[in-house]
Order: sequence, then structure tokens, then C-alpha cells
Amino acid sequence: MSIDPIYGLVLAGGASKRMQRDKAALRYRGKTQLERAFEVLSQHLSRVFVSVRADQTSDPTRAHLPMIVDSVEGSGPIVGIRSAFAAHPNVSWFVLACDLPFFSEALIYPLVRARDAHGLAESLAIAYKSAHDGLPEPLCAIWDPAAAPVLADYQAAGGRCPRKFLIRHGAHLVDLPDPRALDNVNTPEEYSQAAASLDNLASMQLKIQYYALMREQAGRSEETLETSATTPADLYIELAARYGFTLSREQLKVAVNSEFSDWSRKLAANDAVVFIPPVAGG
Amino acid sequence: MSFRFTQTAIDTAAARRELQDLGSGGYVCFEGWVRDQNEGQEVTRLEYEAFQELAVKEGERIVAEALRRFPVKHALCIHRVGSLGLGDMAVWVGVSSAHRGEAFDACRFIIDEVKHRVPIWKKEHYRSGNSGWVNCERCAAEPQHSHEHPHRVASNP
Repeated sequence: MSIDPIYGLVLAGGASKRMQRDKAALRYRGKTQLERAFEVLSQHLSRVFVSVRADQTSDPTRAHLPMIVDSVEGSGPIVGIRSAFAAHPNVSWFVLACDLPFFSEALIYPLVRARDAHGLAESLAIAYKSAHDGLPEPLCAIWDPAAAPVLADYQAAGGRCPRKFLIRHGAHLVDLPDPRALDNVNTPEEYSQAAASLDNLASMQLKIQYYALMREQAGRSEETLETSATTPADLYIELAARYGFTLSREQLKVAVNSEFSDWSRKLAANDAVVFIPPVAGG
Repeated sequence: MSFRFTQTAIDTAAARRELQDLGSGGYVCFEGWVRDQNEGQEVTRLEYEAFQELAVKEGERIVAEALRRFPVKHALCIHRVGSLGLGDMAVWVGVSSAHRGEAFDACRFIIDEVKHRVPIWKKEHYRSGNSGWVNCERCAAEPQHSHEHPHRVASNP
């Protein structure tokens, strides 16, 4: 999986007008949304930056993170994206808005895989298809360097909306693994609902080990994972979406804590899970 | 330990000594070797990998089952992991017994069950430069394939 030339950009320069509070500083499960977004991207991308306005560089929510300060005229997400291309012109950017509390690492690899399979030659971005209206979601998307000059022209002509930009210029669209995954929060009511929903989401740490074909497709032999999956069956759906496993669940067995297990067993915190592809000893 | 792994060549003389018993009238062994072709492809080497913690438990269960099913004295299975060349021994099964019939039966039972049940995988490297995990790459194209029956189609050795 060629993930190296993709950097991450968390957009945190917004005015948060309807929220009347800085959306980057809203807390979910004890962390600010900016920290959560930055941490998830940092686990999978080689470099991640926070996009800020010039007057935000000493803001305590942002100051401790690597920043890209707006360097082109105007305001809005397109300015942040263009400033990122100005700072590092030859990389693709995984652009992520700061008001998506349900964003998780499960949303990184489907885009990366689509980019590897499809290439960016024919579209300026790889984006999710909105579960609400089928339109591109520009602020959880991989933007290609070829988009930079086109964005400059679009902005010069008065354009401000990255979604309209992608509708006009074409994005390769990918289905969302979970229709709610990109629900955003704009109002205090939406924030309290999202925070409560994330608090209720019982998540736990599991240890996953990978062998043989699974190890090659996951690109690792083990990992510790924070997940809301409650059974091996759910966990396999989550990991298959992330890593693109070619084997279907029916072809596998599963072991929990070094013993064969049922797929519907209730997992407990710190369980060690191994998916067992068809064996071939002897 | 009635089932174990080794990273280096299997010492069959030492393994055979573990089975010796004055009450045994003989012993049967099976050696699995790395073959130079599989399914029409020229094989150059194999890599074996195991989920050892579970594999040893399952392997010991298989040997215990064999000792219950057949009136034999001792049984042992040793499987190699790592990179193996053509002709190398990948697996050894030995059974000692008062009489030969049950020794053959128990030996056959153990190797068949080990191939079917123990979490061990092998990756074949071909003369063409390609490689593939045996029983996995083929299954990926046949999603109806399941574990309900043994994977014996592409067994090597």
C-alpha cells in the first residue's frame, strides 16, 4: 500500500459561527476534536499538519501541533488546502475537517486503496460519497497536487465551496463504510448528541496478530487496537474494510487468547485475536 | 511434548529414539518433503509459518486422539518452520506400537489431521518469480469454499 506520499491536513481555521465555540476545542471522550483527528491521521500518515489562520498560531488548542499557516488570500477550506500545497507541492493531502467526531481510522484506508487502484490521473481527489445526497465529501478526502492550480483559478473566479469544486472538476467517489461516519456537528445541540453517542460507544483495546496472507495484506504482524466491535465477526468486518482482506469470513477460523473461538463470542478488553486463513501444514 | 516445531533440520534419529519401547514390535514414520512442483508450477523453495501457541495445542490434541483411537505405544510429530529448499523435510511423524497395522493407521491419521487442522501456512516461491500462500490465493477466487471439508487440493509436499 503506497501511503508514503500522502500527508495529513486537519482543517482548524474555521470560524465555528453556529457553534459559537471553537469546534477544534470541543471535547469528546476527554480529548479535543483537533487532538483526536491529529492522532488518528498521525498513526497512518508520515506527516500531519494543522491548517490555521495567521491569528491562530499561538492559540493553546493548536500551538503544540505542527501547523501550516494560511499563505494565500481569502478564507475558508480552499485557502487551507491551497496553503498546504504551497508548503509541500509534491505530496497528496488527506484533508480532514475538524467537525467530524465520528471519523476513525477505518475511513483512512478505503480512500488510500481507491487511490492506489484508480490513481489520481483522471480526478483531482478521491472522496467519499455523502450518505445523505450522494455528493462528494471534500473535507475527508485525498487531494492530488494537480488540484492546486485548478483551485487557484476557481478561487480567483470567486469560488469558495470545495464541494462545488469537486462536483465541477470531478472526484473519484468511494462509498462510506458507515453512513453516519461523516456526520458533522455545527450546533451546541449536535455537539451534545455526538458527545453522548461517543461516550456510550463502549470501546476497548484488543490485540490482533496476523499470520501468512493476512499479515501481508495488513502490512503488520500485530497491533493493539481501540475498537467498538464486540465479536470476532464484527472485528473482521472492521479490519477487512481497513486492509482490504481478500479472504471472506467463511474461509477463516478465528482464535481468541490462543484457542479456537466462535465468531459470535463476546470479546473482552485485552483479548488477543487471530484470524486463521486456510491452513497448509505438512 | 508430542508435537513441536523446529527452526532447523529435523533430527530424525533423535526423534525415533523418543519412541523406542521394549513393548513395541516396530515403528512407522512419515516424512514430508519439499517437492519441486505444485499444480503445474515449478517450485524453488517454501516458507513455513505457524501460529505456534495454538498450533502446539492443536497438534498435541491430534496425537492424544491418535493414542486413544489406535492401540499404539508412542507418537510424535515435529514440524519445521522457516525457509526450506527443495528436498528438505518439512514434517516428521513417528509412531511405535506392538503391531504394525495400528502403527500405520495412527501415523496416517496424525499427518492427515495435522495438514487439515493445525494453523501452519506455507508460501510457495515459483521459478516464474511469483509466489503464493497455498490454499489461500486459490480460495480468494472461490468464496464458496469453506473449512467444512479438508483442504487437500494443493497439498505440498
